[in-house]
Amino acid sequence: MTEFRSADPPRPWRTALTVGLSAILWIAAYNIILPLANWIAYSALGLERGSRLGEAVAFFLYDVPKILLLLSGMIFIIGIIRTFFSPERTRALLGGKREGIGNVLAAALGIVTPFCSCSAVPLFIGFVESGIPLGVTFSFLIAAPVINEVAIVMLLGLFGWKIAGLYIASGLMIAIIAGYIIGRLKLERYVEDFVWKVQRVQPAESEKLTWPTRVERAWGSVKEIVKKVWLYVIVAIAIGAAIHGYVPEQALASIMGEQAWWSVPVAVLIGIPLYSNAAGVIPIVSALIEKGASLGTALAFMMSVVGLSLPEAIILRRVLKPQLLVIFFGTVAVAIIITGYLFNWIL
Amino acid sequence: MLNIKVLGSGCENCKKLASLAERAVNALGVEAKVEKVTDYAEIIKYPILSTPGLVVNGKLVVSGRVPSEAEITTFLTNALV
Repeated sequence: MTEFRSADPPRPWRTALTVGLSAILWIAAYNIILPLANWIAYSALGLERGSRLGEAVAFFLYDVPKILLLLSGMIFIIGIIRTFFSPERTRALLGGKREGIGNVLAAALGIVTPFCSCSAVPLFIGFVESGIPLGVTFSFLIAAPVINEVAIVMLLGLFGWKIAGLYIASGLMIAIIAGYIIGRLKLERYVEDFVWKVQRVQPAESEKLTWPTRVERAWGSVKEIVKKVWLYVIVAIAIGAAIHGYVPEQALASIMGEQAWWSVPVAVLIGIPLYSNAAGVIPIVSALIEKGASLGTALAFMMSVVGLSLPEAIILRRVLKPQLLVIFFGTVAVAIIITGYLFNWIL
Repeated sequence: MLNIKVLGSGCENCKKLASLAERAVNALGVEAKVEKVTDYAEIIKYPILSTPGLVVNGKLVVSGRVPSEAEITTFLTNALV
């Protein structure tokens, strides 16, 4: 990260023009997909308005391009924001912060710092070694995966900004509280001993980036994510469309509704093995909610899918003794379950 | 002779970076050894917070992202000078 020389000289005007034109095309496309989907379903295919098949087909034809457009647009914006944050900068910002304020800051930075769970080990060591308290480090490690950008976009597209905001706010609360509790428990002895002995060179400061480079990187992350999730999005929206068209209203209220007290912990348990498939899970969940599943249960399920992952647990085992790993996952799971009950109760 | 190391525990991006590095080396036609470092104890000897990382002749040039082949070529030619 010490130096960066672009292969091409930066051309700010060309970049601005490309971004501007893409934005206009994006807005035009976003406004055309609803009439287009209705036209294909009811005129070109001749399906009857209000019929089950017609509804399901129109729903599918509208939701797939809508979600893919929202994904590309939002991931691009998030990608630009993330070029201003690097793990190195986040570590510098968290250095010397007390617990409490440190937990809040770490959780917030967890949203905007680019992070991949495969980097959890060097990041954990780098944070702890530079004197960031254990609980603050955990607030970051919880927020980064729990508040998942793909999940935010899917929630925004399928439920609107209120639910997306609720998801972000509860993810932040979980990361702050769970990290604070872990910090209070004084569990430093359960970190693998070698972590405390690491002597490393200080990471270099963040690189200076030009706008064309930021745009190029953000576009790179759009391509990467869309390539990874598009198939899940299509399959899941197809399943969601089928549920939308064929499952009777309120059919699921008794097993996934508020009356069923056990639905929240069960949803969290089911979510654990569905690691990183937010794109595939949310359209189905959205259809289930329409049929009587409760929102708190659904949110708990989604957070479990993105936040409690077995691969990450296996990676973190390198630096955490089993006791701390269990406490870490247990605390996050309990926090997600409580959030689920809370939303079932207040919404 | 260039000594190139790709730091990373074997995730998708690390493999991508390693193959890009191989390609850049072949395209340049320089003599180089590309080595994958997957052991965390070895990785954290470099000033790195997020993987994948690219080390050229002992110096960490990129971390936390997959650079383009053109960028890698620039890093390699800089190291040759």
